[in-house]
Amino acid sequence: MNPYNYLYLSALLFTIGAVGVVVRRNAIVVFMCVELMLNAANLTLVTFSRINGTLDGQVMAFFTMVVAACEVVVGLAIIVAIYRSRRSASVDDASLLKR
Amino acid sequence: MTTSTTLVYLIALPLLGATILLLAGRRSDKWGHLLATFFSASSFAVGLYQLSLMLDRPTEERAVTQKLFTWINVGTFNVDAGLLLDQLSICFVLLITGVGTLIHIYSISYMSHDENRRRFFAYLNLFIASMLLLVLGDSYLNLYVGWEGVGLASYLLIGFWNQKPAYATASKKAFVMNRIGDMGLSFAIMIAFATLGTVSFSGVEEASHTASKAALTAIGIMLLVAATGKSAQFPLQSWLGDAMAGPTPVSALIHAATMVTAGVYLIVRSNFIFDAAPTAQLLVVIVGAITLLFGALIGTAKDDIKKALAASTMSQIGYMILGAGLGPAGYAFAIMHLLTHGFFKAGMFLGAGSVMHGMNDQVDMRRYGALRKFMPITFITFGLGYLAIIGVPPFAGFYSKDLIIETAFNAGGVKGLLLGGAALLGAALTAFYMTRVMVLTFTSKERWEENQHPHESPFLMWLPMAILAIGSVTTGFLFTRGDALVNWLNPVFGEHGEEHGEHMFEPIVVSGMALTAVAIGVAIALAKYQFSKIDSVAPQNVSIFTRIARKDLMQDSFNEAVFMRPGQALTALLVKGDESVVDGAVRGIGRTALGAGATLRKTQTGFARSYAALILIGAIALIAGIWVVTQ
Repeated sequence: MNPYNYLYLSALLFTIGAVGVVVRRNAIVVFMCVELMLNAANLTLVTFSRINGTLDGQVMAFFTMVVAACEVVVGLAIIVAIYRSRRSASVDDASLLKR
Repeated sequence: MTTSTTLVYLIALPLLGATILLLAGRRSDKWGHLLATFFSASSFAVGLYQLSLMLDRPTEERAVTQKLFTWINVGTFNVDAGLLLDQLSICFVLLITGVGTLIHIYSISYMSHDENRRRFFAYLNLFIASMLLLVLGDSYLNLYVGWEGVGLASYLLIGFWNQKPAYATASKKAFVMNRIGDMGLSFAIMIAFATLGTVSFSGVEEASHTASKAALTAIGIMLLVAATGKSAQFPLQSWLGDAMAGPTPVSALIHAATMVTAGVYLIVRSNFIFDAAPTAQLLVVIVGAITLLFGALIGTAKDDIKKALAASTMSQIGYMILGAGLGPAGYAFAIMHLLTHGFFKAGMFLGAGSVMHGMNDQVDMRRYGALRKFMPITFITFGLGYLAIIGVPPFAGFYSKDLIIETAFNAGGVKGLLLGGAALLGAALTAFYMTRVMVLTFTSKERWEENQHPHESPFLMWLPMAILAIGSVTTGFLFTRGDALVNWLNPVFGEHGEEHGEHMFEPIVVSGMALTAVAIGVAIALAKYQFSKIDSVAPQNVSIFTRIARKDLMQDSFNEAVFMRPGQALTALLVKGDESVVDGAVRGIGRTALGAGATLRKTQTGFARSYAALILIGAIALIAGIWVVTQ
């Protein structure tokens, strides 16, 4: 199978994630879209690793997973805290920082 | 040149007194005045001792020096803190410490009701020390230290009662006017160093033989500026009248007998410069002649007894400056008039203080009258000073003033006639206004306010007055007997000392003219005041000339219009420039940053999704850019 197809898939996944982040209001959905973008990037790294026959890309992918796991912990905690205080998970409602 | 190790005590003793009194503070209130008087008197004793040593030496070895320490030693600029006592300095030393001690004694009683008497005596001692440094310094730079010291002491003492705003302003005015003169002295020192390479008297004298005339003229003019500031000469004269805000003993010591004569000392000390710079010398006589008439005219219109005496001081110093500007023929006569003036004017100021003491500090002469009966001792001592200043023989002023008038005529030609004429006119005016003071105060009818109880002053006050009165009577005769003072001073003036111009008039003719002028002045004053009614309030419907004279010949209006207002306008302009340009730039930077912030702030909406979109667009743009560039 042509490994370049994986690159097309990852580009597609990344675009879906990016559009989701920009378009959706629900914080959980936005969050999942961010995860989708991260995993699209992971897929690209692994694909290049395969194409070039080196392990660098796979090592990078593991790092990304660890960072993503940490990010999930912090991000979910923030979302839960915001939901508890304002009974809403909309990212547009949490726009008070500038005031 | 003989050296000595004891000169420094002349200065150190009063300086020690001032230090002790200022450091000990209120603890020395009880005995401070006695200590200060003691130190002043002991300085006088050292002065007499030095005189006796000097008299024992032959003429050419009379000047003594003492090197205290190396003061400045930078490259080719070497100044020692050194003292020089010669025939000229010793006259000043004895005048300063002698009259100074008498005035200390007088002040013990005069200031006895003032709770700050100790501070007053500390300043007096500081003044004595500074003034001695001024006349004993062996270089212009050492003189400058004393010059500034007396300026400080004068400022402190004029503003001694600074709780009154007018008095504080008077002291500031005196200080500022003096600073202008001080600038002249510092310029003179700088020019001397730049062109002659030295600032010591002996060094400058040596260099003056070969130096360029332009440099010497510049130094001479700057020294004249210095002299006009310190000696209240035209055009820096206007501070002296206001300086009368100080306690009367201060007026007697600083603003009559000693400090204001420092300018005369400076010119006479710098005789070698003025002899070699005729232009500067001509300016000196012009300043002297103008001031002697200027002061005399102001004196005719003043009702405040101290201000009348101050105007008279200005006028008399004009005579001295005139004498000093007449070159080798006049130096000794200028110093002679300075010494006799020191006696009779200090005596008269103390007399004025005595009158004020007896009249509840009233200074308006129109409120005096008939005090002869109540203050006989003050009347007699003041009267002797009066006879001396108007120049009645054989009192002191007759000899000294007559010699200056005679020398002025001897300047020859039109110059001689003009100067001599001015001096004669000044003598007539002096006779007029001093007679006016005398009549208004002592011999006319009573014009007191109610509840005045005039009384004679206590012993400690009339004793110094009496001693000074004796000096007013005898000094002129003593100084001129066998040309004693002239011969004594001549070695100081180098080889030029013996020159004598041709006589325009015989001395006896000049004396005759002077006495006629005096008689006319006295007669007019007697007719106008003694034999006619005097208003107890100054009449207002008077001629324009009287009005101008009462306003000190518009000296303050002139200074305000020509210097103060343009100065203020310039300052306002500079402030405006500072605010608009310098501050404007600083504020502009701030405003720009603020404005930029306010504009950029609008992009911060607070919506997380718009940030994400921007990041996305940015990333795409970046990648697209890279792609385009690397393609």
